[in-house]
Amino acid sequence: MWRDHLTEIIVFSALFLLVSAMGFVAARWRAPKDMAHLDEWGLGGRSFGGWITWFLVGGDLYTAYTFVAVPALMFGAGAAGFFAVPYTIVIYPLVFLVLCRLWSVSHRHGFVTPADFVRRRFDSPVLALLIAITGIVATMPYIALQLVGIEAVLKTMGVTGDSALARHLPIIIAFAILAAYTYQSGLRAPALIAFVKDSLIYVVILVAVIYLPYKLGGWGSIFDAADAKFAASPNPNDGILLNANNQLQYVTLAFGSALALFLYPHSITGVLASRNRDVIKRNMSALPAYSLLLGLIALLGFMAIAAGVKPLPGAKEGTVDSNTVVPVLFDQQFPDWFAGVAYAAIGIGALVPAAIMSIAAANLFTRNIYKEYLKRDASPAQEANVSKITSLVVKVGAVACIVFLDPQFSIDLQLIGGVIILQTLPAVALGLYTRWFHRGALIAGWVAGMGLGMWMLYQIPNPASKRAHFGGSAFPLSDFGFDTKKTIYVGIVAVLVNLVVAALVTLALRAAKVADGVDGTTPDDYFADEGDPRVTPGPDRDADSAREPVA
Amino acid sequence: MTAGEPETPRAASSRAKDHSPWNWLLFIPIVVPLIPALFNADSPRIFGFPRFYWLQLVWILLGVATTTLVYQMTKKRGTH
Repeated sequence: MWRDHLTEIIVFSALFLLVSAMGFVAARWRAPKDMAHLDEWGLGGRSFGGWITWFLVGGDLYTAYTFVAVPALMFGAGAAGFFAVPYTIVIYPLVFLVLCRLWSVSHRHGFVTPADFVRRRFDSPVLALLIAITGIVATMPYIALQLVGIEAVLKTMGVTGDSALARHLPIIIAFAILAAYTYQSGLRAPALIAFVKDSLIYVVILVAVIYLPYKLGGWGSIFDAADAKFAASPNPNDGILLNANNQLQYVTLAFGSALALFLYPHSITGVLASRNRDVIKRNMSALPAYSLLLGLIALLGFMAIAAGVKPLPGAKEGTVDSNTVVPVLFDQQFPDWFAGVAYAAIGIGALVPAAIMSIAAANLFTRNIYKEYLKRDASPAQEANVSKITSLVVKVGAVACIVFLDPQFSIDLQLIGGVIILQTLPAVALGLYTRWFHRGALIAGWVAGMGLGMWMLYQIPNPASKRAHFGGSAFPLSDFGFDTKKTIYVGIVAVLVNLVVAALVTLALRAAKVADGVDGTTPDDYFADEGDPRVTPGPDRDADSAREPVA
Repeated sequence: MTAGEPETPRAASSRAKDHSPWNWLLFIPIVVPLIPALFNADSPRIFGFPRFYWLQLVWILLGVATTTLVYQMTKKRGTH
């Protein structure tokens, strides 16, 4: 019952209200002369320095869902869940070069979304539309999943109700507040809140990794307890080490997820908001601090095993909600007030990425659907306004997903989201390096990659939850006719097919001399930096907003 | 603007090319963490962590060291 958790609820609510107030105040933080511009509302004036970018992108990439789901995966499957660590190591060297080029070309031409870039580079509104829709569809379930993170915490505090509405009321209120301050403050709100969120998370995790092993008999016995649990389970693919059959899956999932992560519109929004190339490059050395944190968070799953945590029951009879593993561990092991702080860290942790994702999705709609197809001559103020309203719609949609549909549906969609966002790789990431691909071929490759990816995901059953389709992202190679038990990440296969199709169709279209449009960028654009007089919009726009000292 | 337009000196100096041989180093932290043969074992344990866990956490340092080195070696001269 919730009365047993009163201290936790009070601490949680107090911290939640504090950051809500910060969200509204954020509109005045580093205030621009004119907020009615998409660059201001949607990209924070493109002026964030090293520290803000570190907190913003860190708070953006490492979401509440990650903090809840990765340890839950470790709890259930062991070593396979640790893929999150190589995944978040590999991403930074990849981003170091690629997103710097995207930053430069976007700064030079005033692009707000990856689809803006594709539109200009390949001179194809259709391809840009596909990229925009892919981004929106991949982002929506991701926002809904942030709610799953908050719900796991609320459930552990006993904040539940008999009817569906009563059960979801706290989340509806939380998201209404979030929607209001995102509407008012734009990207400045999550940037400011991220300071609180990340500080709380760092404190909680540092305490957890020092205090919990001390209580549970040391790291050695934590790993031994996990080993004993997996040795006793009938599943052949769990354990504290990988086996011969899931190594390929581990590696391809880590690599594919890294490629997917920086193609997500919300990551690109975070990067484009930074002030210059140096800020991005320095951050690639500083952001892995979060990867260390994530590695330690993952191990909370093993601590939960050692502490004998039993996850709370799920929505249906006889199921368990594995996302409650970490909240229950905190509830059992920490004093009430500190468990409240930990829950607040997770709850607030959901707000930062949810805000950035809804802004990114709103920007895609505004720039690549509204301005392209509905109102060609939209002014910057109209663009900002449409984006603000769209961000509200996006959040209502996310809440509706959680309230009216089985949360499992959002989890499935997010699984699909990683696979489909990867299909924008040839146009967005390779497009930053080469104009070799034909615009028609990129569309063909996208269609092929999407089709194959969907088919593969559909084929994968999940024996644990007794579902026949969309049971995971590990595709058995035996389904392709290979005589092996190895599995591979669906996204990698789909994007490889996408690339092959794009290359072959490019050759065919070039041979047939099909028109290929005009590249609206020059090679120089990809190196433009702050202070380049050619960058749009005007150079003195943020001259009197307070500059943050360079970190 | 057209490619033939003359550039101001400021424009030229504010742009960095990223064709540096140092950038090839970035492949190390991309490839090494993706070779399970290196870390998929229990021993040796350090502070109770099996090799699988501590060595993958060490790769984080490898990534930080590499990106820092490449950044220092390729950043624009004269501005810092």
